Amino acid sequence: MADTTKNSALYVRSEMAPDMPPPVRTQGVVGWLRANMFSSVGNSILSLLSIYVIYLAATGIYNFTIVNAIWQGDGGAVCRVENVGACWPYVGNRLTFFIYGFYPDTEYWRPNLAFAIGGILLFLLATPQIPGKIIWGVLFLVVYPVITFFLVHGGGFTGLEAVPTEKWGGLMLTLVVAVTGIVASFPIGVVLALGRRSKMPLVRSVCVVFIELWRGVPLITVLFMASVMLPLFLPEGTNFDKLVRALVGVTLFTAAYTAEVVRGGLQAIPKGQFEAADALGLNYFQATMLITLPQALKIVIPGIVNNSISLFKDTTLVSIVGLVDLLGAVRAGTATGTWSAPTIPVTGYLFAATIFWVFSFAMSRYSQYMERRLDTGHKS
Amino acid sequence: MASENDLKSSRISDAPAKASLVNDPKVRAIFYQFLLLVGVVWFFVYIFGNLNANRASQNIRTGFDFFSNTSSFEIGFTLIPYDRASTFADVLLVGLLNTLLVSVIGIVLATILGFALGIARLSSNWILARLATIVVETLRNIPLLLQMFFWYFGVLKLMPNVKQSLELPLFIVFNNRGIVTPEPLFSDNFGIVWTALLVAIIASYFVTRWAKARQDATGIRPPAARINTALVIGFVAIAWLASGASLDWSIPVLQGFNYKNGIHIPPEFLALLWALTLYTAVFIAEIVRAGILAVPKGQSEAAQSLGLKEGDRLKQVVIPQALRVIVPPLTSQYLNLTKNSSLAVAIGYPELVSVFMGTSLNQTGQAVEVVLVTMLIYLALSLITSAFMNWYNARIALTER
Repeated sequence: MADTTKNSALYVRSEMAPDMPPPVRTQGVVGWLRANMFSSVGNSILSLLSIYVIYLAATGIYNFTIVNAIWQGDGGAVCRVENVGACWPYVGNRLTFFIYGFYPDTEYWRPNLAFAIGGILLFLLATPQIPGKIIWGVLFLVVYPVITFFLVHGGGFTGLEAVPTEKWGGLMLTLVVAVTGIVASFPIGVVLALGRRSKMPLVRSVCVVFIELWRGVPLITVLFMASVMLPLFLPEGTNFDKLVRALVGVTLFTAAYTAEVVRGGLQAIPKGQFEAADALGLNYFQATMLITLPQALKIVIPGIVNNSISLFKDTTLVSIVGLVDLLGAVRAGTATGTWSAPTIPVTGYLFAATIFWVFSFAMSRYSQYMERRLDTGHKS
Repeated sequence: MASENDLKSSRISDAPAKASLVNDPKVRAIFYQFLLLVGVVWFFVYIFGNLNANRASQNIRTGFDFFSNTSSFEIGFTLIPYDRASTFADVLLVGLLNTLLVSVIGIVLATILGFALGIARLSSNWILARLATIVVETLRNIPLLLQMFFWYFGVLKLMPNVKQSLELPLFIVFNNRGIVTPEPLFSDNFGIVWTALLVAIIASYFVTRWAKARQDATGIRPPAARINTALVIGFVAIAWLASGASLDWSIPVLQGFNYKNGIHIPPEFLALLWALTLYTAVFIAEIVRAGILAVPKGQSEAAQSLGLKEGDRLKQVVIPQALRVIVPPLTSQYLNLTKNSSLAVAIGYPELVSVFMGTSLNQTGQAVEVVLVTMLIYLALSLITSAFMNWYNARIALTER
């Protein structure tokens, strides 16, 4: 016993161990950088490459839009010099054309008022904290389009100067097409979605064929069809506005996509809800309007907003069938003689891209916000 | 009282209770469907009546005879022989092939770029993830047509003219008329080399199958990748040397006002392909990200505790499960890319909509036939792609007990 104790004493350290180096810093800027950007050789190379790409892009954009840009002038001539950046006078000079198209400049207050009413109604409708959604919904979806039409188009009983749709253009036209497409396609889409889930075979097949037909073809073919075939389908002598033709095409096309989104919402509703409605003795119309549809529409708000983003971007296609939307206005400007310089197209497209980006990004943020808000945690 | 009587009578009599015909759901269903049928039929009769009247009064010809008429217009970029004497059927084929060309290349590039971007967004590397996020959030919120105009009118059209072309490595020339690359010239007996390549690919398929069966049976993994590489290189090399086939390159040379020889890729094609690839890639990136996030962390932890290596963990456990989530939306992105290629009409790349729905429609004036044929082709492309993807989806779907 004593022997072993004596032996084991050999293993007891008699002097202090040397100090260990301090642990790798995991806090502060250096620690964070080490953990998140330079954790290995491969990661370090990727980080340096990314920084280089960001540096190149940032300096390129900064030099093009600010340092080398031309800020003043009243024609393309000032921008026809070597190594020139963006040509901002082009945007400044044609700004009203980009926003209103050929709309007479004494009447700008009319589209402005329509923008303002639409903005306020949309705010009231989209902010979840504000009550009275049904009132705002009806105002925005039914009353607002009618008011806007008479306000912007004028003529007739309104006593305002009539402005034919040929003179509408720019951002105003883009918004008209987008809002009409979203608003008008919504009821059609809901009906199609209900029809596709119907138990009646004929109703179901008609809806399936309609939806799949529009979803299977590109929007540009639909717009071509609306502009060249629609007049042939109507009685002789029916005069048909170019804008209305495009709107019909856009509406039918969007309705098919809305229908699929709404169908997704209807399918997500538990079967018990349908059975409970039946058990209460509600008929189909009551059960749909009071029980299933309200729940389904609430779920599909993010999907509808995403659809709206696609449609908003797709409105640029109407410039191919001869309407002057925002992109068409920018493009038309670059083709004129007074405004021809190498960087003018890029300047115009950067301007238009910024506007489209702001609208789309705002909508996608709203959609994500609603998704988080509506996620009540019942799933899984 | 009444309800009690009803209850009694239904219990006593053997005959089923007779509801009023008006309230019978079956009768109602038939009635509604009949109404719908009448409505649909009336709609078509109405529009076709108007159509015929309009066409008669405007002297528009009908029918599909125009397909055999000569087109008498030029097309700038064709994959098959075509000239002014070709028929409208040839025009349709040229347009369809150009659509398929840009779609197939675009799908391959967008998939590669999209997967890279999607994985980069999930990277633990902070700055790389941020960079990928900026790219995705910028590009997905700008209309495709605008991006296409930007690349075409803002970038490619501003390239130096032919005399001052940029000379890139490998004899590639870049100017405002697009890119000219060297063209491979195959000798007549080069077919043997292609056959050898085909045979090697088929053989490597069977090698892979054999290797998998052997691994399942014995647990030992044969070096299938090395065997396959050796097979392909060996077969092609032997066939090439034995047949004495030769491969020359025709180098583009500046002659007069343009480059001669080589393959000319027009700027319209480049702008369309580049815009389609970028735009679709950012959507694919989001799909890939969602798919990978959908695989629970426990799966890769379980694989780790089974002793699988990092590569096997991804290949055998994570990716197969992520693919189930990724494939269905990926299909619709492929379809979107194919349909979006029709925007080329705005910059003049001669694809289906541009040459057929644009030029041919103007030449023949037969709007209805031309539009219907074009739409049917896109519809067929959509249905074929979704049929293929449904088959693939069913193959990789989760087999539940």
